Amino acid sequence: MSTNPESSNLSPLPAPVPLQVDTLIKRFGQVVAVDGISLQMRAGECLGLLGPNGAGKSTLIRAIAGRVIPDTGQVAIFGFPAGSPQARAALGWVPQDLALYPRLSAKENLQSFGRYYGLTGKKLEQAVARCLDWAALQDRAGDLVSTLSGGMKRRLNMAAGLIHQPRLVLMDEPTVGVDPQSRNRIFEMIEALRSEGMTIIYTTHYMEEAERLCDRIAIVDHGRIIALDTRVALVYSSFASRSQVLARLEGPPGKVSAWVEARGGRLVDGTAEFTIEGPKEIAALLEAATEADLELVDLSLRRPNLESVFLHLTGRELRD
Amino acid sequence: MIIPIVRTAILALRRDRGSMVLSFVVPIAFFSIFAVVFGGQHDTVHKINVIVVDEDQSQASRQLVNGLQRDGSLTVVTQPASTKDQPQPAPYTAATAEDAVKAGDVSVALIVPHGWGTNPISFRGDSDAPAIQLLSDQSDAIAPQMVGGLLQKAAMTSMPLSMAEQGMKYTEQYAGTFTLEQRKNMETNLDRLRKIESNQSKGATGSALTSQAGGIVAVTTRSVVGENKKSPTISFYAAAIGVMFLLFTATGSAGALLDEAESGALDRVLSSRITMTGLLAGKLVFNILLAFTQLTLMFLWAWAVFKLDFFTHIPGFIVMGLCTAFAVAAFGILLASICRTRAQLGALSTLLVLTMSAIGGSMFPRFLMSDAMQKAGLCTINAWAIDGFRKVFWYELPLTDLWPQVSVLLAIGIVLFAVARRIARRWEYA
Repeated sequence: MSTNPESSNLSPLPAPVPLQVDTLIKRFGQVVAVDGISLQMRAGECLGLLGPNGAGKSTLIRAIAGRVIPDTGQVAIFGFPAGSPQARAALGWVPQDLALYPRLSAKENLQSFGRYYGLTGKKLEQAVARCLDWAALQDRAGDLVSTLSGGMKRRLNMAAGLIHQPRLVLMDEPTVGVDPQSRNRIFEMIEALRSEGMTIIYTTHYMEEAERLCDRIAIVDHGRIIALDTRVALVYSSFASRSQVLARLEGPPGKVSAWVEARGGRLVDGTAEFTIEGPKEIAALLEAATEADLELVDLSLRRPNLESVFLHLTGRELRD
Repeated sequence: MIIPIVRTAILALRRDRGSMVLSFVVPIAFFSIFAVVFGGQHDTVHKINVIVVDEDQSQASRQLVNGLQRDGSLTVVTQPASTKDQPQPAPYTAATAEDAVKAGDVSVALIVPHGWGTNPISFRGDSDAPAIQLLSDQSDAIAPQMVGGLLQKAAMTSMPLSMAEQGMKYTEQYAGTFTLEQRKNMETNLDRLRKIESNQSKGATGSALTSQAGGIVAVTTRSVVGENKKSPTISFYAAAIGVMFLLFTATGSAGALLDEAESGALDRVLSSRITMTGLLAGKLVFNILLAFTQLTLMFLWAWAVFKLDFFTHIPGFIVMGLCTAFAVAAFGILLASICRTRAQLGALSTLLVLTMSAIGGSMFPRFLMSDAMQKAGLCTINAWAIDGFRKVFWYELPLTDLWPQVSVLLAIGIVLFAVARRIARRWEYA
């Protein structure tokens, strides 16, 4: 009798997906924070939840963490219901707030959270050392959290969520309030996790972060996922091969806005945006502006991005 | 320039309910509580409980006991309260009265010995009859003094016949024998006195006569509790002040829950393997250890500086210390679970802890309060804890005698923790 599994006639059971969310609805009074969201994640994937403040991203994350009881719908983490002991063990959560003990040192914080996950002795010390190394905080390990910089606190906040080596990590806007240098450091930390095959959900309202870090992006608005795909596919589904022309025009404000609207464009922060099929349409735009006695000050061409997709889908800017 | 600053400050104060309560409600609440506790405006005057044992059973002793019973300042007890086991308990004897004082049931007992009635009045203390014994608890400095004075008053107002007869004896002894006519007149007046006494004993209430200080009745005072103790109030204050600060510390420590909830650390903890029950139990155990350590330090300090006999009472201290620590720790957890912010917790804990301390005897011994206030004090952790520590350190009672205090403190702790767990559900899930 062969012991080689490959030679067996029995096909192995499919491994449960890291995350399965089915028609999740959560209301707070009259406000519907999550309105029928469904999604599924693949192992090793980084899924971005992109949406403006109040879109329902954090409520979705808290429901996955088992900290919000949905009104309807289900959440399963590796096949286990959210909030169950197995789901808790498999899940790492980096909340938006700095959920740390300010009177403890960086190392003591990691030790405390490690113990909460059942780590002891050598395993705990190894986990703490690994997290301090990952967050580049070895030389500040003994410093009280209250004395760390904002960026360091953010990194420690992330490390505390990963102390027990979870298989699925929820990161709720981990770069809020940090300077560009610290943000880059955090990106490097997340990229290191991705290279190890960690499954990550990353919420943000910064398009650049989603574009840089995520394999797939779910655009969330008013508690719903209005689009979910890779960045390229999302842009293509909204704009196909079209490009965007950005033009700054000078003239009477009413006249400029009427002209832009008549040409099928829109004004965003004083800049006119037009979607074109090809570069040939640029010449026609310039000619029309001249005919309308509008002075062209600046002109540029760009490929549509996630911001453009959000605008296209919702009629609003991402940071409205 | 100044007005905008004032307006901003007023707005901030209006939004900070904790500060509002501390500023306006707490002072008024405290004034009212202290007025009630110490002002006696809404209550009857405190009566002193005194056990009286009449071994003499003479006419004079019965008159004296009647006189004491008529006094509005005393509650005279001649036999223990009836129980289910003993519906008609035997009257107190000298021995059981002494035991009752030693057990802290009363602060004073009076023993009227055999033969006292043969010569009850002792103007100069030269009576050959045995003196009345006043058994006292040294921790109560006031009750024995008051009972001693009221005893003299009762003798003067309730035994005029004895006083007159004794006066006649003294007159004959030092001024010569009365003539027959003088003796006849004396007897006539004594008969009138006998009739007055007879009427008084048939139902007259307390006399309005004012007593005069001085020993017309010979009294021997004996401290049966604490006669060998150097500082009778040290154990009381170690417990009383200790419990008050335990309550403050427990609420402050439990307030860490609110900090954790505000920072999001609580969410993170509850997303780990820790459940809400486990979290609260952990906080409870920490608070118990903290409170017990505080108490231990307090009593060790009392031993080192004030010569409190600590080390011969270790078992009782551990039992009472742990029970008290459990109750105050649960109290702190409950307050933290009720409040939404640290400011609320600060205001509420200040109000409750100081109120409990005032009523429960941490600031002023309960035995000096009115009966109603003493009963109200039983609603506080302070009263039960202080009573227990007094039993251990002052009355030196065996551990088994601590069961009422232990039971009540444990019950308080269990109930408060259960209520706190119920309220803490608000943190569990949204």
